[in-house]
Amino acid sequence: MSAGHQVEVDSLFGDYPLDQAFDEMRLPNGELRPHYRALAESLASLPPDELQRRKQSADLSFLTQGITFTVYGRDEGTERIFPYDLLPRLITAQEWDRIERGLTQRITALNLFLRDVYSDAKILADRVIPRELVYSCKHYRRQMRGLQVPRNVYIAVVGSDLLRLNTGEFVVLEDNLRVPSGVSYMLTNRRVMKRTFPQLFTSYGVRPIEHYPQLLLATLRSLAPEGRPEPNIVLLTPGVFNSAYFEHTYLARQMGIDLVEGRDLVTHDNIVYMRTTDGLKRVDVIYRRVDDDFSDPLIFRSDSALGCAGLFNAYRAGNVTVTNAFGTGLADDKAVYAYVPRMIRYYLNEDPILPNVETFLLSEDKERQHVLANLDKLVVKAVGESGGYGMLIGPHSTAAKREEFARHIVANPRNYIAQPTLDFSRAPCLINDHMEPRHVDLRPYILFGDKVNIVPGGLTRVALEKGSLVVNSSQGGGSKDTWILE
Amino acid sequence: MLSRVADSLYWMSRYLERAENTVRQLDVTMSLMLDPGGTSAETRWKRLAASLGKATDLDWNGDMDAMARILVFDNLNPASVTFCVNGARENARQVREEISSEQWQRLNRLFHQMHSPHAQSQFSANINDSLTAVIDGIHLFKGVSDTTMIHGQGWQFIRLGRYLERAYATATMLEVYQPFLFNKDEGENYGYQYLELVGLLRCCTSFEAYCQVYTADVTADRILEFLLLNRDFPHAIRYCVDGIRHAIESVQRTGGRRPPDELTAVIGRLHAMLGYSTINEILADDAAGFLHLIREQCMRIHELIYRYYVHYSIQSALAS
Repeated sequence: MSAGHQVEVDSLFGDYPLDQAFDEMRLPNGELRPHYRALAESLASLPPDELQRRKQSADLSFLTQGITFTVYGRDEGTERIFPYDLLPRLITAQEWDRIERGLTQRITALNLFLRDVYSDAKILADRVIPRELVYSCKHYRRQMRGLQVPRNVYIAVVGSDLLRLNTGEFVVLEDNLRVPSGVSYMLTNRRVMKRTFPQLFTSYGVRPIEHYPQLLLATLRSLAPEGRPEPNIVLLTPGVFNSAYFEHTYLARQMGIDLVEGRDLVTHDNIVYMRTTDGLKRVDVIYRRVDDDFSDPLIFRSDSALGCAGLFNAYRAGNVTVTNAFGTGLADDKAVYAYVPRMIRYYLNEDPILPNVETFLLSEDKERQHVLANLDKLVVKAVGESGGYGMLIGPHSTAAKREEFARHIVANPRNYIAQPTLDFSRAPCLINDHMEPRHVDLRPYILFGDKVNIVPGGLTRVALEKGSLVVNSSQGGGSKDTWILE
Repeated sequence: MLSRVADSLYWMSRYLERAENTVRQLDVTMSLMLDPGGTSAETRWKRLAASLGKATDLDWNGDMDAMARILVFDNLNPASVTFCVNGARENARQVREEISSEQWQRLNRLFHQMHSPHAQSQFSANINDSLTAVIDGIHLFKGVSDTTMIHGQGWQFIRLGRYLERAYATATMLEVYQPFLFNKDEGENYGYQYLELVGLLRCCTSFEAYCQVYTADVTADRILEFLLLNRDFPHAIRYCVDGIRHAIESVQRTGGRRPPDELTAVIGRLHAMLGYSTINEILADDAAGFLHLIREQCMRIHELIYRYYVHYSIQSALAS
């Protein structure tokens, strides 16, 4: 790096604070990590307003593509673009290799766990996981007991959330085994970034992710019921008011399949049909983006109009594949999560490649007492929630909030877990006209049909508010493109 | 194709056609007001409102610019341009996966253009430019629709919506204007009459096309003949009915069900009515009744499309 460049890099990144948290771009001594050097220099060499100009042009691109969400409680039709950060997050080939192997191992074990629990339940008989923990789980579906699912695949589409600790090591924070979302942002971020930094992108040698929809389609096709060689595959959405609706339309379009709502479907004699302009047409595979509860009013919540009456019976009869299967939320329950490393050892006889975050189970007396005494240092989460809801971040909480959670925990200990407050990694973000570090996580997307398939990338979510640890988009988080380097 | 999707594409298209028609008629009415002649602004406004089929909702308040602003921007008023653009976009949003990205982006831009914080002040500063910009947006959408979308069943439902809306709107407009056309005030300067007649043609963007067929010799009966019976001009009702007939046949060819006899019969009758009548017969008989009949047939076609392609009963579908 020339001396001139150093000055420019400093002006763009001046006052960039470093502490004990892992910084994705800088070494503890303040030097750039080697793989970030080209990015920093290239940014610093741009004319002063150029970054802002590119940011505006990327904004406009998101807006006209309709990659927006509706802001409620304001003027009708107020739409905002999904917040994102202009700088890519870089991950080296070596780091990615470990993530890929770790996730493949983990998803394989989780799928075996679901199959086992819903059939012979050997893992419970062998007392590796407590019986009552599984059967008390909110997302356990007794209707799934003894039901044969196609190819024994329960979780065809998964998004697991990873964090990087200050040792530089990636750990798994949680698995999303029900209806994980966000993959459309991974794909559209990439499209916009290629246009925003074309030269930089080329010079880095980034592994492509654009084939994800095709892989998803192949995954769904591989799960079609027997004897349906040309399966009719559809994506089931709750409809236009769902916050992930953009993603549903995006994926359906990219795969060239019909996007259906519950009201488009009817069942007759345990066969699912959709209403078309040519009469009723049989449906073979449903990529379901509707929660279990809302999928079939005859079996699950009777007050839901989002699903299709009779769907579950058609599924049980093997006439239609629904994926992910029902009841998979059992395995992403935050208390069951604590046992995933044990599942990996039990089913695969391997050591976990990606570790878990240390987790206290509040149904255990000793652990509960420890947690109640240290609420100001820990993070407490409700086991069946997602999206950053039902959560207490001890160090950022008030005494009143802690008391409230303590009461909840004592009243219903099975419903909560606690984890240490993690100092997870930060990456540079463009805040106004300069760089500041913000906390980031990583959600890779895993497909499981014939075999486990992971496109090299994922959604890096950013806690855009300074100091915040919450990356969920429902709670003020944004996203970044993630470049896996060759 | 999913019935719900066909429904949304059809309405997306109808709403945009309606928005375009409203803008064009508003534009013409406002420019006619520059040459008052013997017709008062209030009469002109009432005629416009009646022609748009929403006569009762918008009472004349004496300020044309303010009235125009309501007709363009009041998104609670179903007659307004913004209401139609919102409706088109909302329908498009529900079938985002069926239309091309170019179509969506085009429509989205038009939507944001109508809702931009500056839209209303720009409108007040230069009404003409603003109206032209809306028409341009709609034309661009139609252009990318024709060039970027597969001409399959979805596209046929878009055409159905476009031609049905256009045929219906043109018939309504002619029905409203018809008394003015033949009720000549002998004392009035011919220059004003000429402007009125040309205005009517411009409401259907058809002045230049008319001149190519009839020269600039503009007369009321020829205008009627042109807008009703011409088979080559896209805004003439006969052309639209040909389009409807062709679109319904193509729906079957692209995987929809065979159109029921009831539907083919209504379209065939309308087609024959326009194909085998002469303007002298129509004028000698009952022109207003003729126009009214066209509107009724259009509504009937709409109902039948719904009964057979969108809201059919499950029992009948399982039986077949």
